[in-house]
Amino acid sequence: MAMILAISIGVLAGSGVWLILRPRSFQVIIGLSLLSYAVNLFIFSMGRLRSGAASIVNGSSDLGAYADPLPQALVLTAIVIGFAMTALFLVVLLASRGLTGTDHVDGRER
Amino acid sequence: MAGDTILIVLIVLPFVGSLAAGLLKAGARTTAALLAGTIALVGFGLAIASYPQIADGQIIRYDLAWLPSLGLNIVLRLNGLSWLFTVMVTGIGFLVVLYARYYMSPKDPVPRFFSFFLAFMGAMLGIVLSGNLIQLVIFWELTGIFSFFLIGYWHHNSTARDGARMALIVTGAGGLALLVGMLLIGHIVGSYDLDVVLAADDTIRDHPLYLPLLLLVLFAAFTKSAQFPFHFWLPRAMAAPTPVSAYLHSATMVKAGVFLLVLLWPVLSGTAAWLWIVTYVGLATLLIGAYSAIFQHDLKGLLAYSTISHLGLITTLIGMSSPLALVAAIFHIVNHATFKASLFMAAGIIDHETGTRDIRRLSGLFGFLPFTATLAMVAAAAMAGVPLLNGFLSKEMFFAETALRNSNPFYNISLPVVAVVASLFAVTYSLRFIHGVFFGPPPTELDRVPHEPPALMRRPIEVLVLICLLVGIIPGITIGPYLGSAVLSVLGPDAPYYSLSVWHGFTTPLLMSFAALSGGIVLYLALQPYLARGIDGAPLIRGLAAPRVFERLLILLSVKWAKALERVFGTRRLQPQLAILISVAVLAGALPLMAGLGPISLSLADADPALAVVWVVGTICAIGAAIQAKYHRLVALMLMGGAGLATSITFVWFSAPDLALTQLLVEIVTTVLILLGLRWLPKRDEAARIDIARSRGARFRRLRDVALAVIFGTGIALIAYAVMSHDAPDSISRFFLDNAYALGGGRNVVNVILVDFRGFDTLGEITVLAIVALTTFALLRRFRPAADSIERPEQQRIQREFEAGRSSEADAEGTIVSNFLFVPSVIMRWLFPVIIVLALFLFLRGHDQPGGGFIAGITMSIAFVLQYLGGGTRWVEERLRILPTYWIGTGLLIALLTGAGAWLFGGPFLTSSFQYLELPLLGKVPLASALLFDLGVFVLVVGATVLILIAIAHQSIRGAKPARLRPVPVAPQKSGEPRQWP
Repeated sequence: MAMILAISIGVLAGSGVWLILRPRSFQVIIGLSLLSYAVNLFIFSMGRLRSGAASIVNGSSDLGAYADPLPQALVLTAIVIGFAMTALFLVVLLASRGLTGTDHVDGRER
Repeated sequence: MAGDTILIVLIVLPFVGSLAAGLLKAGARTTAALLAGTIALVGFGLAIASYPQIADGQIIRYDLAWLPSLGLNIVLRLNGLSWLFTVMVTGIGFLVVLYARYYMSPKDPVPRFFSFFLAFMGAMLGIVLSGNLIQLVIFWELTGIFSFFLIGYWHHNSTARDGARMALIVTGAGGLALLVGMLLIGHIVGSYDLDVVLAADDTIRDHPLYLPLLLLVLFAAFTKSAQFPFHFWLPRAMAAPTPVSAYLHSATMVKAGVFLLVLLWPVLSGTAAWLWIVTYVGLATLLIGAYSAIFQHDLKGLLAYSTISHLGLITTLIGMSSPLALVAAIFHIVNHATFKASLFMAAGIIDHETGTRDIRRLSGLFGFLPFTATLAMVAAAAMAGVPLLNGFLSKEMFFAETALRNSNPFYNISLPVVAVVASLFAVTYSLRFIHGVFFGPPPTELDRVPHEPPALMRRPIEVLVLICLLVGIIPGITIGPYLGSAVLSVLGPDAPYYSLSVWHGFTTPLLMSFAALSGGIVLYLALQPYLARGIDGAPLIRGLAAPRVFERLLILLSVKWAKALERVFGTRRLQPQLAILISVAVLAGALPLMAGLGPISLSLADADPALAVVWVVGTICAIGAAIQAKYHRLVALMLMGGAGLATSITFVWFSAPDLALTQLLVEIVTTVLILLGLRWLPKRDEAARIDIARSRGARFRRLRDVALAVIFGTGIALIAYAVMSHDAPDSISRFFLDNAYALGGGRNVVNVILVDFRGFDTLGEITVLAIVALTTFALLRRFRPAADSIERPEQQRIQREFEAGRSSEADAEGTIVSNFLFVPSVIMRWLFPVIIVLALFLFLRGHDQPGGGFIAGITMSIAFVLQYLGGGTRWVEERLRILPTYWIGTGLLIALLTGAGAWLFGGPFLTSSFQYLELPLLGKVPLASALLFDLGVFVLVVGATVLILIAIAHQSIRGAKPARLRPVPVAPQKSGEPRQWP
């Protein structure tokens, strides 16, 4: 299980890095989204993987039976903030293209 | 007045006066002069009054705790040496103020001049009165800064600006070196207190750090006192108003360097390094300054080089490390200040009256300015070292010191020879100053007839010249005691015996003086034909262009290197920056990995084939998105959604239902968001694709980026795997799991953490969300689409043409825009209440079951978005008024008030409380204050999401009507009307 997730995180992160190094801002938006998937999964996996574990407290005192709530709480807000970031970046991209006439990340064609 | 009060007043008064002068009206010339003059005079009076307390080598000290934990106190300290300087700074300061009152034009903002002047005076007093090394450095830099303002006073003049900047950079660099040097001294001695340092004796000289600290301190002193090769800023600083030169460049600023050397003389001098460096730098400065002065055509330039030369003389004396030489040095500091200040003032009068300072254009002014001429002649004679004047006495002492026998033959010969030659040059340039300006035929090239200046403008010169004469004739009773206490304060019990009298008999120094005087006259006569030609610059050393070297260095540092650095690290180009960032991240991650990852068992045994399939699809989606994002944006967007879906499934798989829900919902709104944005992006030219692929540079960049991406991905996969294959350490998660129900009253631990345990973090996060939403809204208010995106999209155009060709609606059923998505839009409309109920359900159960404010908020916003999708913007807004900014504000307010509510019950901000409520039908319902907080989160998330999406959606309506891009007069909106969208 760990192997699958690790490879997936790697591929997501690699694709994201490749895209954020591209010159067009749309590529960078997609890249940031892919990178945030990778990072969210990475943080999530820091709480170790437990399939079928309880996520709601049910009175059992065996803590090993529960999924780790801490990374989940971190990732939950990260997902929402990630959306806000994508939106802001998209709007900045649109405004900058309106001003400079290009969608190059530097605001001018090389 | 008690001694320490005097010190405080001395330091504080000029700065207070500076502020007051700065607040005066621009035309208040006389008021400002009166203010400055009074302050200088008060300072002078206080200094005189305090003399009895320091006359016999005592010290007045005032300590004020500053940073006691670091052993730093503000210490004011007055002894014989600093008394002498204080008298000079305040006394000559007063005379310069009087002079400046008449010199400065009423057209200039004179109060500003006096404001800077007083501040400079305060800084200078700060240097001489500091009893703490760090404090001294601060005042040292302050003199540099205020001299910058004073030199650049006529800031409309580019030479003034350049001169001011050069002085600031050179002396400021020295100040930095001084700070380091002082820190080293403090490190060696263990205290920054000057009295402790001066008592350190050989500790500093014997320390291995002695040489570096000496070089640093000397660099500071040499830059400040314009010693070769850092002398070049002083002639450039002559662009300053003449009162500034008379004050800064004769008596104060340039004397700070030699003051520092005298001050630290007891602990730094006496080594071979000190002897050779200080003496020979001084000697070189003495010679070069005097030689260059002869060939200056500008009166102030001549005086500037003469000042450099005299400072060189003082430095040489300090370098010789003998007590008698030090006496001569202090004596010459005072003498030079008096005659040079008066000469600068005289030059200013000549400039004022004739409109030029060029010796080539001046001659025969004696007839026009007899008083000024006489005064200037006496002062110039003092500068040349003519007997019966103060300059003669100290120069005589200098000769006596250079003529002493030493074991080193080079030292033995070079010192007296250079001393005589330089003095000979001094006679020549003094003669040139007097003869060139005041004698000869009457001037012909002047624009006006010169007159004597107002008597009060001449008075300062008269006072100074009188001092020159008195000191020169009866030194024993005029300067004797004061010089004595200054020497005593530096040398203590080692103070040598010396005699201040005009006549010492036929001695070697007298012969040297005679040789210099006669040789100087001969040289002046011999040089007449050359000087008459009016060639710029001194022969032989014209190539020694220190300013040019400085400018080149400045350009190298501030332009070339800065540009090169900016190219590499600048923020103009995102790609290299990100590449650097990622490379550094890779390196930082790789370093700890070098130590090994511990035992890792690579096994796929527990892998579930279903999840494997999900991620085979997921990774293909990710790579596909990476490849397609440039030319096929829509495809890339879909593929990205695929990867997001795989992420969401993974969350479910590993027992994180909240995350899965959030991810899924955010995926939906992100897709809608980017779809809305796509319309404004440019078309990609597929033809360019082949060209780029052929370019070698592009291929290299791609290869590099692929390598970086692969390394990054591999690294993060490795780390993730390594962590996952180890057991989790005990974290605070245990606390949350144990107490979520007991303390937070909720079973959904993730939600309890968000709204209760870490409620303050969440408050921050929703604030960020609100700010981002408002920012996008604000950015889009003034949105101007790029020229090629203003046109309607091709599809819309075709559709319009098609519809225009139809005669009736019935005829074209199902093919016109208003019929688009007809059935789904009905379903979406009907789903509206259903989704809202779902959102409320998710919200209410959030504390105990998967759900909560974030999830419910996004769900709710999707309900709105669906209406827009199904009915179109106009249709929705005719029927439904959403005011997302109000939602945002309300949400934030609810969250804040919930937090503040805890204060009513005496708890800190955001303390939660909960209870169970028995409701009919529903049964036991938990009622936690955290639920109210979550309501705030919910309302805010709805507002923020809807605001962002609708703001972008509205661009499509507006974009179709380019006419609205023109500014239209905004009519006041009635409150009942729907809000106008940008």
